[in-house]
Amino acid sequence: MSTLEAAPGYRPSRTLPIWAEVRRQASRRRTQLALGFMVLLPLIILAAFEFGGGGGPDEDGDGGGAFSSMADLATSGGLNFALFGLAVSAGFLLVVVVALFFGDTVASEASWGSLRYLLAVPVPRARLLGVKLTVAAAYSLVALLLLTGTGLLIGTLRYGWSPLGSTIAAEIPPAEGLLRLLAILAYLATTLLVVAGLAFLLSVLTDAALGAVGGAVLLWILSSILDQIEALGDVRNALPTHYTDAWMGLLSTPVQTEDLAKGAISAVVYATLFWGIAFYRFTRKDITS
Amino acid sequence: MSALTTGLRRALPRLNRRRVVPAVAALVVLAAVAVWAVRPAPDAWTTEDLRLSGDGVELDARFYLPADRDAHVPAVLLAHGFGGSKDTVREDAEALAGQGYAVLAYTARGFGRSTGEIHLDSPDHEVKDAQRLLDWLAARPEVTTDGAGDPKVAVVGGSYGGALALLLAGQDRRVDAIVPSITWNDLGTALVPQSADTDAAGVFKKSWAGYFFGNGTASPERGGPPRQQPEDPACGRFAKDVCAAYLQMATSGIPDENTLALLRKSSPATVLDKIKAPALLIQGAVDTLFPLSEADANATGIAAAGTPVRVAWFTGGHDGGEGPTSDSDRLKYLTVQWLDHYLKGEGEAPGDDFTWSQVAGFSALDRGLVTNGYSADAYPGLGGTGSIRVPLSGSAQPIANPPNGNPGAISSMPGLTGRLSSLLSGNVALDVAGQHAVFESEPLTAAADVAGSPTVRLRAASPTGEAVVFVKLYDVDANGTATLSAGLVAPVRLTGLPADIAQARPVTVTLPAIVRQIEAGHTVRVTVATSDQAFLTPAQPATYTVAVEPELTLPTLTGTPIADPGSLWWLVLAGVIAAVLLGLVLLLVVSRIRHRRRDVAVVAEHADTPLVVRGLRKAYGDGFVAVQEIGFTVERGQVVGLLGPNGAGKTTTLRVLMGLTQPTDGEIFVFGHRLVPGAPILSRVGALVEGPGFLPHLSGYQNLQAYWQATGRPWEDARFEEALEIAGLGDSVHRKTRKYSHGMRQRLAIAQAMLGLPELLVLDEPTDGLDPPQIAEMRRVLQRYATDGRAVLVSSHLLAEVEQTCTHAVVVNKGRIVASGPVGDIVGESPSVQLEVSDVPAATRILEDLGVHSVQAEGTHGLIVDMNGTARSEIVASLVGAGIGVDRLVPRRRLEDAFLALVGDNSRGSGDR
Repeated sequence: MSTLEAAPGYRPSRTLPIWAEVRRQASRRRTQLALGFMVLLPLIILAAFEFGGGGGPDEDGDGGGAFSSMADLATSGGLNFALFGLAVSAGFLLVVVVALFFGDTVASEASWGSLRYLLAVPVPRARLLGVKLTVAAAYSLVALLLLTGTGLLIGTLRYGWSPLGSTIAAEIPPAEGLLRLLAILAYLATTLLVVAGLAFLLSVLTDAALGAVGGAVLLWILSSILDQIEALGDVRNALPTHYTDAWMGLLSTPVQTEDLAKGAISAVVYATLFWGIAFYRFTRKDITS
Repeated sequence: MSALTTGLRRALPRLNRRRVVPAVAALVVLAAVAVWAVRPAPDAWTTEDLRLSGDGVELDARFYLPADRDAHVPAVLLAHGFGGSKDTVREDAEALAGQGYAVLAYTARGFGRSTGEIHLDSPDHEVKDAQRLLDWLAARPEVTTDGAGDPKVAVVGGSYGGALALLLAGQDRRVDAIVPSITWNDLGTALVPQSADTDAAGVFKKSWAGYFFGNGTASPERGGPPRQQPEDPACGRFAKDVCAAYLQMATSGIPDENTLALLRKSSPATVLDKIKAPALLIQGAVDTLFPLSEADANATGIAAAGTPVRVAWFTGGHDGGEGPTSDSDRLKYLTVQWLDHYLKGEGEAPGDDFTWSQVAGFSALDRGLVTNGYSADAYPGLGGTGSIRVPLSGSAQPIANPPNGNPGAISSMPGLTGRLSSLLSGNVALDVAGQHAVFESEPLTAAADVAGSPTVRLRAASPTGEAVVFVKLYDVDANGTATLSAGLVAPVRLTGLPADIAQARPVTVTLPAIVRQIEAGHTVRVTVATSDQAFLTPAQPATYTVAVEPELTLPTLTGTPIADPGSLWWLVLAGVIAAVLLGLVLLLVVSRIRHRRRDVAVVAEHADTPLVVRGLRKAYGDGFVAVQEIGFTVERGQVVGLLGPNGAGKTTTLRVLMGLTQPTDGEIFVFGHRLVPGAPILSRVGALVEGPGFLPHLSGYQNLQAYWQATGRPWEDARFEEALEIAGLGDSVHRKTRKYSHGMRQRLAIAQAMLGLPELLVLDEPTDGLDPPQIAEMRRVLQRYATDGRAVLVSSHLLAEVEQTCTHAVVVNKGRIVASGPVGDIVGESPSVQLEVSDVPAATRILEDLGVHSVQAEGTHGLIVDMNGTARSEIVASLVGAGIGVDRLVPRRRLEDAFLALVGDNSRGSGDR
């Protein structure tokens, strides 16, 4: 048996328990700051709306300004407020936060030198990555939920519990609106899998936590830029960021789900690829940190 | 930034042969995939450019033949829209050719490179041209025929080409199927529409008519046929009678007999009862030129003759363009289905069910409109399958007719397609104050799916007895934004009106058919305006009074949503996720089996030996060999010192020992278990390798706890108290480790290595950073530790440390073992001494005379003498006797000899690994 001759009480499957890793990360300042900011952001947005004076609705009125309409509607109710908070964070903030949780997790252990002690415990390498991945995913999810939950809470307290409005479709009743909001959240979480995969791969490849986080964000931005170049044609469909805005399809009635499915496929495939390479590499490489 | 670049540099694999080969292979594969993806597909058809003449005109045409056809294929005659040419239908032609049809695309007379004049699809000219094309097709050997001179052929075309399809099918029985789209039924009612149920003439649609007239008078494209004679600049390529009709109509606003007759001749309405070719009629809901009512009239007329008819509406048209992809995909599917059945005889007979689409919202990605398709069992006409009555409020209102229609209200912008989204949800429409009356409903309590022509009853009074008004239906949302669906208006010309509204009799106004969901909470607004920039209105100013009966009828239609092909992607997603999960489970199972097999292997002879290293070799990817032929044993109770200069390979050896690095060759056994990275037996080894590694944000104590938690072993096995005692940090153990000094960290790291009192303790330079008393203490700790059957392996570059701490020593240099054995053996008295004398050359001579084994100078005054059995006292006596001053005599030990011999010349070592 695998425990034969190992130290008493040692079981590979019991090493680095999830909760131990959760605690390792929870005591870190960057975790606390990132999660704290998720709570703070809706408050800042609220303050901005309150003190910024009543900027009238955008006069573009071309219907194309889904974003501006979202800002106009943000103060119409808690659901719209939470949605606005998500929408403004989706493009960059959430990417950075997820890249932080996933990119920093292995690289920082390597830079502290504690990685080799974990491996000498020994925590099996695949298990170490598995636990790190699970905990990073859990923290990312908590961050998303905090952002949405806080937005929903203070938005509802301030602006009331109203239907989810958008200029491209009829108002959605609150109960269904909440479901839509959760679906948007789920989709955003899915698209962020790409960042998670990329950051985690870089985290395994490098000892520099900043390199992993920054690298993942940089590549994400690069993909977004390429996606803007229409000359690339269908190649853009393969870019990991191509479907990041597809969640807007959940605001129309009936919901447009085709792009959601494509985006989810793209995200799952990319995340599997990146994580697969990360596991392959990490379970074979020499730990030189 | 530098940290980032360093990180990225480290992230990039180092280049060497082992990596270059797979990297190049991967690049080649990627490049191949890219080339395959972008390489142009070979055309599935061949083309032939033709000039077909007859009746004094020469038609420019292109004949497409499917590349892989067996024997005969049915043909499609493809006609273009007004102002187009055979080139503007190229994509459609290629698509149809790809479906296995011989396609004859041609430029109608008067357009492009064809000669002749425009007769507006006249049965005497354009339709006869098309008949000659059928003759030509019948003569082609590639084309299937029904009989001599009768090709198997369908006519497909949009707008101008659509009307040609209808007119040709009415005039020539050889046509087997037609697919006319966005075309007219009666050109007179299309260009001079009248929406009220009166006999008065309609209102001239000046902007569309002008737009097309301008198109026809434009000079032919470059390379076109030379003009035979100077043209009338007013008429361009239009035939004289057509030109005259336009000029007459555009001048007066009311077509005269001749004009009406000419328009009538060019209208499919006259031949509908003769059409025997099954017709698929496609009409756009965003079309102010040929609204849905045109197709409705065609469908009714053809069906009355007993010919199969199918109707499809889409969100597009002359104003809306092709419409969203989902719509054009549906239309392509319907077209191919129609042709396949009626030309190839493939597939079930398409039913007469009706499909249409309704705007669902904006696409999240490209901001375009997204529509949902619906189907109903039968074509319901413009009256819908149901209707709702909406009460309107508003009293009779006076409205002013502006002279010459200026300023005029805006409803649509003819000729500017691609504004689909704004036409359906924006506020392009504009009414001029004082020129319109408003009648509004209460907010709707439930959403209404309107599809068809709303009707309203209008009363009007005019001092002149005549009035031209435009009735429009707005969808007004809760914010007051009013949308004129598709920019459609109902022009009404009323004659014989009283001057007083009280005496006015109501007329029923049938508004243009729309397809729109009016959401709950929206209101419906009926506006009656006097002007519209798209129409020609009376030049004389006047003030009318209008009133609307307080009831609006909205036809509604409910259908079955057409399954969205997008749902297929969800299946793909489910498949992808299932494949990923399956792969994951497989990997887990395989790795578990492999682990199990590996872990049970125990070499019995080493089962009780803490550590056996044999033939260890580690070569790095760049060819650097860090260690080779390393072999030693650590027995229970031993404290073994791994001694060597910096870079000798000590740390590499320990790394391999901890499973951090894969050895290139050799084996390591810990208690008989072959050691591989992550082997469970490592749990019986405590280690300090290459300096401490702590979480800087935790205290020393928390760090130890975190480490022990990571082992997953029982809390009480850790022996924290003993470890903390060894660390000797006092209260500092509760401070964060980032504030620790180097020595404090080192002690904490040793304590961490000792947690759980592992049977083999491996310490890399344990005294690094410790002060002398601590070093002395550490020595005692290690010696005590190696009792009770435990063992310690210590690496050091300090001779004294190994000598004082260890029971056994292994000396390495440049990656090889140079000496090993019990410290007592190698540290024992060595036959050599170290001398410091006043005169080295003289001393050397004397010593050589004494018959010592060797003499070696060291520095300016030093000598190392291998005495070969000569007593030390004798040497001193001889030297002193010769008058040479002896400052110092130090006995050498074997370990030192070995060490210095190795380190002496090259203490820099061979690398830093």
